[in-house]
Amino acid sequence: MKLYLKIWRQSDAASEGKLVDYELDNVIPHMSFLEMMDTLNEQLVLKGDRPVEFDHDCREGICGQCGMMINGQAHGPIANLTTCQLHMREFKDGDTIYVEPFRALAFPIKRDLRVDRSAFDRIIMAGGFVSVNTGQAPEANGIPITHEQAESAFDSAACIGCGACVATCKNSSAALFTSAKISHLAKLPQGKMESRKRVLSMVKQMDDENFGHCTNTEACEVECPQQISVLNIARMNWEYSISSVLKK
Amino acid sequence: MDNKNGASTLMRKTLMALTGLFLCFFLVIHLLGNLQLLLPAEQAKVSFNSYSQLLSGNIFIKIISYVLYASIIIHCLDALVITLKNKKTAGKYAVDNRGRASKWYSRNMGILGTLILIFLVFHFKDFWYQYKFGSLPKDESGHKDLYTIVIAAYQDWWYVLFYVLSMFALGYHLLHGFYSAARSLGLYHPKYVSWVRVFGTGYSYIITIGFAIIPVYIYLTQHVLWN
Repeated sequence: MKLYLKIWRQSDAASEGKLVDYELDNVIPHMSFLEMMDTLNEQLVLKGDRPVEFDHDCREGICGQCGMMINGQAHGPIANLTTCQLHMREFKDGDTIYVEPFRALAFPIKRDLRVDRSAFDRIIMAGGFVSVNTGQAPEANGIPITHEQAESAFDSAACIGCGACVATCKNSSAALFTSAKISHLAKLPQGKMESRKRVLSMVKQMDDENFGHCTNTEACEVECPQQISVLNIARMNWEYSISSVLKK
Repeated sequence: MDNKNGASTLMRKTLMALTGLFLCFFLVIHLLGNLQLLLPAEQAKVSFNSYSQLLSGNIFIKIISYVLYASIIIHCLDALVITLKNKKTAGKYAVDNRGRASKWYSRNMGILGTLILIFLVFHFKDFWYQYKFGSLPKDESGHKDLYTIVIAAYQDWWYVLFYVLSMFALGYHLLHGFYSAARSLGLYHPKYVSWVRVFGTGYSYIITIGFAIIPVYIYLTQHVLWN
């Protein structure tokens, strides 16, 4: 199949970017979206042009590295899917496809489709951990946890930090990401102990990184490749209010 | 950077939720009072005017009214701060099809809220200001005759239409606002979240239809039914 691509090209964070037109022939429907991009880049390299830069790593839908705005939708037209798991059979011969980077004030563009998502890392560094002395692995059944508790914590922990929630949010809020990390630890006894301190410092970091307010449109849950529930946000709000009130 | 005033994004949203829910509570009382306008004309006049008198004379109601004014002002100002910040943080796309993932009214609470605010300016001017500072005629029992003012106001079809359309703006605002408030306050138990959603939807329908029906009913009684 033949595609008409309009891809965001920007040489660095400081310069202006623009959509550039490309035509790509012989696209096979079984290709993943990233393989289609690879094919385009091969042609660009052969022509002596600079290839389109984009983030990717595992290409199995579990690492959270890839992420593009495809036709104005985070990770493309299929809900709850990463860009690498999107296949070209979802498009038709002769389609025009717009490819833009994830955009937010907190996600500055580094080059082309590559964005700086280190704001997420700094939110994790602000409290997304439990303080334990490392050493030998503890006895697995030392702290009793019900199956339901473990599953629920794992549902929150499943967040891969791709940033689609921020990209699709009209306010570029990082509430879904931050709340998933907060809830994941708050749901387990190991994390419970530091939960008050954690929620305050992670939310503060989230605000300092210039993410917007969550206005509960719930678009994030729809686009999230891991279907992280917006109820995590509710839990974060609850934890935050209680912790603010009880703060000494 | 930012966050100089100390309020976090979550605190601002909590404030929106608390003031919004108080306004939701007020709407119920306001609607129940206004439903007296649907009584037969003579009975409605006596009932509505004495009710207005009761509200304006009571010290407890006076305190509540100050909370109400404060809630409206804080709700608007907080919304302004939140919206300005969100405008700054938001990413903008050349092609934007993000709308499929959420409801239009959840994304346009600011616009719906502005419409409601414009409505409130007229609403306050025509009734609240008239009652408090205008020179109203007295009815037979010596109460200020707000009933006649209300009936007179709904004689114009465009005024009735303005009210009905404003109530739809309010309805969509409530449809998102009610359960959004519960979310902002931290209700995360799935069972009660779904209850609140159902309750909030029912609440929004009742408030919208309840308020919209009053001007329509008055207009019809004056112009069509018993002319």
